[in-house]
Amino acid sequence: MLTSKTRTGVVFFPAFDWAISATHPEREERLLYTQDQVFEEGLLDIEGVIEFKPDLATVDDIKRVHFCVPDEMSVVTESHLISAGGAKTVGIQVMEKHIERGFALVRPPGHHAMRVVHGARGFCNVNIEAIMIEYLRKAYGIDRVAIVDTDCHHGDGTQDIYWHDPDTLFISLHQDGRTLYPGSGFHYEIGGPTAAGMTVNIPLPPRTSEEGFLYVLDQAVLPILEDFKPELIVNSAGQDNHYTDPITNMSFCAQGYAELTRRLKADIAVLEGGYSIEGALPYVNVGILLAMAGLDFSQVREPDYQPDKIRQSGEVTKHIHRVVEEVLAGWKKAPEIRKKQLSGRKFAERERSIYYDTDNILESQRETLRVCPDCSGVLSIDSSTDTGYHILAVHIPRKACKECVDQGVKWYDSADARRFNRIFLQDRMNDQYLVRKG
Amino acid sequence: MILGLDVGGTHTDVVLIDKDGIHRQTKVPTDHADLLGCVRAGIEGVTGGIPPDGISRVVLSTTLTTNAIIEGKTNETAVIVSAGPGVDPEFFRTGPHYYCVAGSIDHRGREIQSVKTSEIQAIASKLKTDGVRQVAVVSKFSVRNPKHETQVRDILGDSFFNVVLGHRLSGNLNFPRRIATAYLNAAVCETHRRFFDAVRESLEKKGLNVPIYVLKADGGTMSLEASLQCPGQTILSGPAASVMGSLPFASETEETLVLDIGGTSTDMAILIRKVPLLDPLGCELGGYKTLIRALKTVSIGLGGDSVVRLADGGLSIGPDRKGPAMAYGGPVPTPTDALFVLGKVNDGDAGSSRRGLQPIADGLGMSLEDTANRVFDEACRKILSAAGEMISNINSKPVYTVQELLGGYQVRPGEILVLGGPAPHFARRLGDFTDSRVRVVPRWQVANALGAALAKNTSEVTLFADTERGIAVAPEEDFYKTVKRDFDRESAVRLAFDLLRDKCVKQGAVESELEMEVIEDIQFNMVRSFYTSGRNIRVKVQVKPGLIPGYREIADRLAESVPPQT
Repeated sequence: MLTSKTRTGVVFFPAFDWAISATHPEREERLLYTQDQVFEEGLLDIEGVIEFKPDLATVDDIKRVHFCVPDEMSVVTESHLISAGGAKTVGIQVMEKHIERGFALVRPPGHHAMRVVHGARGFCNVNIEAIMIEYLRKAYGIDRVAIVDTDCHHGDGTQDIYWHDPDTLFISLHQDGRTLYPGSGFHYEIGGPTAAGMTVNIPLPPRTSEEGFLYVLDQAVLPILEDFKPELIVNSAGQDNHYTDPITNMSFCAQGYAELTRRLKADIAVLEGGYSIEGALPYVNVGILLAMAGLDFSQVREPDYQPDKIRQSGEVTKHIHRVVEEVLAGWKKAPEIRKKQLSGRKFAERERSIYYDTDNILESQRETLRVCPDCSGVLSIDSSTDTGYHILAVHIPRKACKECVDQGVKWYDSADARRFNRIFLQDRMNDQYLVRKG
Repeated sequence: MILGLDVGGTHTDVVLIDKDGIHRQTKVPTDHADLLGCVRAGIEGVTGGIPPDGISRVVLSTTLTTNAIIEGKTNETAVIVSAGPGVDPEFFRTGPHYYCVAGSIDHRGREIQSVKTSEIQAIASKLKTDGVRQVAVVSKFSVRNPKHETQVRDILGDSFFNVVLGHRLSGNLNFPRRIATAYLNAAVCETHRRFFDAVRESLEKKGLNVPIYVLKADGGTMSLEASLQCPGQTILSGPAASVMGSLPFASETEETLVLDIGGTSTDMAILIRKVPLLDPLGCELGGYKTLIRALKTVSIGLGGDSVVRLADGGLSIGPDRKGPAMAYGGPVPTPTDALFVLGKVNDGDAGSSRRGLQPIADGLGMSLEDTANRVFDEACRKILSAAGEMISNINSKPVYTVQELLGGYQVRPGEILVLGGPAPHFARRLGDFTDSRVRVVPRWQVANALGAALAKNTSEVTLFADTERGIAVAPEEDFYKTVKRDFDRESAVRLAFDLLRDKCVKQGAVESELEMEVIEDIQFNMVRSFYTSGRNIRVKVQVKPGLIPGYREIADRLAESVPPQT
C-alpha cells in the first residue's frame, strides 16, 4: 500500500454548484477533471494523506482582514466562506500537528482581494490565505509568516493586505505586469515605509519554463526565506503558469510544479488560479499533492508534454538571471531603506485607483499611514467608488503601540459621519471591529 | 417458503420462513474445513418432512471468500495494468505476476497511447509457462472508456480459466482500488465456483430445483449465476446479513445503530430510517481497499469470548479470542464468564468462570461480583465509544458542493438494535450508558439468517456521458452508445433506469422488488473558448437496499415476540 512520507492533509472543495457565470473560467467545471484525476489516482486513499471537511469561515474571520462594503455578506457567497474556511481548516490541522503539511484544493480563489472589498477583482472576493493566516495568528499566536505566491498573476491583493506588515514576507513570482493582469508586481514595489523590503516581487518574462522557475526558487526565493526565518510558509499555489493555460503566456509544466513544491516545502498550499482545467489542473494538482506527501511524482506528466517544445529561450534565461540579481540586491538593501524611511515623515500618504474587473467597479483610495518608529503604524483608508460608496477604514495593526492605537481611535471617532456611508475601525490590538453608519 | 443460511465464523444459522414467520430454525457449528458439510447439515436441520416444491428460494451468505482472502488461500492470479501518466502503478503490485504495460486513457476517456499487442502476447505466453490461470486486466480510466481492457482480453484469448476486467466491477473512479478489486475477484473465483457448484449439486440431489441467491456485501442478493461473474461481491456478507436481519425492526422515522455482538467481535452499522448506510466507495478487506459496494460496517475485536486480562493494573478486554468462555471449557476468562458469575447465564460451568475471574478480581482488589460487573460495564463502554467514533467519522466525511456542506446532514441515532449471542444481556446494560433507546432484535440468535432470507436484489448502475465526444458509457453493463448533443441529464437518468432494470432481472430480481432511485446525477456544461461545447453527465442509480416487499408481515409477527431483556 502507498504510504506518504509526510503526513499530508487535503481539503478538497470543488464547489460543483457555484460559478461566477455560466461561461466564466471560474465555473462549476473548473475542478471537475482534477477531481476525476485525484479520485482515479486514489490519492485520498494513501496512508498518511488525510482528507478534511472544510469549516465555514465566519464573518469575524473576514473582519480580521478586510473592510467589506457595505458589509461582509454583501460581497461574499457561501462558496467564499467554504473556500476560506477550507484554507483555515488546513491551517488548523497543521498547527494542531495532525498533519505536517496541507493543501487546500478549493475554489473560488482569493489573492486579488485587497484590504478594502467593494466587490470581485480577478475572480476574487475575499483573500482566503490572509483570512487563514490572521486566524492562525489569533488562535495560535504565530508571528512571522512567509507567503510565496506562485500564481501567474501578481498577487496584488495579498500584497496590499501585507504592504505595511514587517512580520509577513510576501514573495510573488508572476508573469511581468506589462504583459498580464493586474499589471502590477514590479521589483520596485517593496512594501510600505514600516515594512520596506518585506514585499518581494519577481516579475518573469513570458515563456518562462521549468528551468527559469526553479532557478528563481533556488537563487532567490529559498535564500530569502532562509534569511527571514518564518514560522510558517504558505504557498498561494496558482497553477496558471502552465503552458496550456488559456489566459497567460508561461511555459511551466506539471513536473515543474511538483519539483517546485518539493523544494519549497511550504507548510500550507492554497489553490489560487489556473484555468487550463483539462490539460493542466488534473496533472499539476496530482503532482503537487504527491510532492507534498513526499511521494514519487516522476511519472506525472501531461499527455501532450514535450519538454523541447516549451523550453525557454536563451534570451528569457538571461532576462531571468538579471531579475534575480535585482531581487537579491533589493533584499540586501531593504534594512537600510527601511531605516531611512522611518526617519523621514511622520505620515505617509498614497493615492491610487483600483479597478474591480470582475464586478466593473472603479475605486479611488487615499491611504494615510502613521510612520511609527515603534510599530508598523496605524492606517486609514479613504475609499470611494464610482458606484457611489464612500467609506473611511481605520486599521490598527496587530502589534500597535499606544500612540498608534490612540491615533486610530481618534481617526474613527472624529470622522464626519455626513461625509461617509460607513466608517470602520479594525482594531487588531483589541480584536474588535466597529462600524459607524453615515 | 424461503430458506436462509448464514455460514458464520462460529455457527451456521439456518431459518425456514413462510408468511407467518420463522417456520423452523437451527444452528450448527461451522467447520471451516468442510463448509459444504455445514450447509448440508443446516439444510437437513430445517427441511425434514418439508416437500421440496414448498421451497421457492434459497439465500446463502458465507464467509468463504472473505476467509480465503484473509487467510491468503486464493488462486495464483496475474494482473495486467496500463496506467499512463500519474502515480507509479508499481505501488499497487499484487504479487509476482504483475505487469505494467503500455496504453493510456485520459479522464474523459480519450485514448492517449495505444495498447501494444506484442507486449500482451509475450505476457500471455509467460503466464501459460508459469501455469497462472486467473488474470485481472485493469486500465486507468477504463470506466470512461473500456477499450484497452477489452483489447487486452481479446489478445489474451481463451486459454485462461478466467479474465476479469476492471471496468465490469464498478463504475467508480479509483484505479488502485480497481486493481485490488479485479485481483480479488479473479483470485477467489475458482474457490467460489467450486463451493457453489457443490451447493447446487447437493440441493438438486435433495430435489430442490430452486433459484439460489447469494448475499452481497451491500446487503442485497444476486443469483448464484450472477455471482460467478463477480464473486468478490460476496465478501463481508456476514455483517450485511445481520444488518438486514435487524432492518425489519428498525425505526421508520429516525436513525438506528445496529450492534451485532458476537463471540469474537462486534460489528456496527447504521440504518437511516430503515435504509442501511453504504460505504461511499467500497469496503476494505485483508489490507485491500476495494470498490466492492458494501454496507458501512465497522468491526471491533470485542465480543462475548474476548480475552479479559489485567494490564497495567487495569482491566483490558480483547481484541483477541482464545476459545469459548471458561464456563464452556475455554482457557481464559471472558465477558461471558462475567455473565456466569453474575448468574445471568447458567447453561455452563459457573465454577470455572469464578475460578477464571478470581485472579483478576484479586489484581484489581475488588470482589468477584464487582469485577464481573466491571468487565461487563467496560465491554459496554468500549462498544459505545467505538460506535461514537464511527458516527463521528461518518459525519466528518467531506462533501463537494455548497448545498451538501450547508445542508449539513448529521447522523444521530436515536435507537440501538442489538443482536448476536449475548444480545439481551448487553442490551440492558448498554441502555444505562446511553440516551438512545436500546432494543434487542427479535429472534436475535438467527437474525442474520433471517436477514439473508428476506434481503432483496440490489444493483447499481453508473452512467457517464460526454456529449462533446458523443458517447454514453455504463462500464459495468458493458454498455456503450453514441449520443447526440441534446442528450441531457434527464435522458441519462432514463437510460440508467432501463439498464438497471435489465441488470436486476438478469440477477434474478422480481419486478415488484425494484424500487429504483437516483443516487447521483450531475451535469456540467463544458465550456471551451467561452462557448458551451457539450455536457459532461454523471449518473448513478440503484435499487434501494431493503427487504422483499411481500415479507413485511413476517417482521410484524416477529416483532410481537420481543424476548425479555434480562
